[in-house]
Amino acid sequence: MRLLYFAWVKEKVGHATEDVDLPGDVSTIAELMAWLKTRGPEFAHAFEQSDTIRAAIDQAHARPDAKIAGASEIAFFPPVTGG
Amino acid sequence: MIRVQQEDFDIGAEIAALKDGRTDIGAIVSFTGTVRDAGGTVTAMTLEHYPGMTETELERIEAEAQARWPLQASLIVHRFGTLKPGDNIVLVVTASAHRDAAFDAAKFLMDYLKSNAPFWKRESGPSGDTWVEAKTSDDAATTRWSRKDAAQ
Repeated sequence: MRLLYFAWVKEKVGHATEDVDLPGDVSTIAELMAWLKTRGPEFAHAFEQSDTIRAAIDQAHARPDAKIAGASEIAFFPPVTGG
Repeated sequence: MIRVQQEDFDIGAEIAALKDGRTDIGAIVSFTGTVRDAGGTVTAMTLEHYPGMTETELERIEAEAQARWPLQASLIVHRFGTLKPGDNIVLVVTASAHRDAAFDAAKFLMDYLKSNAPFWKRESGPSGDTWVEAKTSDDAATTRWSRKDAAQ
């Protein structure tokens, strides 16, 4: 599965994209964020306040309880500030 | 139509192209968002976005406006990259037979775009760079349209 990070999430994580193999017990966005936090200090820092981070599954906005099964691309980013 | 681009846009040329050869349009509303430096602290603004999802979201938002109002035409142009104070960021144009639909749809497009289109602004100034924080008033503006919709 491909993960993408944008804005300050990307800066804290240290890279924009990566391909990962997820543990079998990670089935929602919230669980994925909890798992990411365990992957090192930069991830713990980036996802410290995970309730402020938004997600998209295959380029569509997704809530924390959204199921990630079958997804090929999941993105994490701060609340959007365009316009 | 939607466009995501680095280069600037010409509001007059965009409106002229939109109404070219058409006589069914009676009202055209445009909104332009520009880089603001209210306190003299912004020297540049960089807009990052999510290529692919940005276009998908803008098309979805435009389709939603087309479904809600009788629009003859609509256009969203959003820039990315590094901009200076005073530069154009976003253009929304709506065209309809009568003004109400064009005014309402233009506001709806901007409200939805601000809450949903995956863009992030970073301001640069003398004291360094900071990511612009999302405003709760922007989400409230979008929620208003949902409530109105639910009440109908």
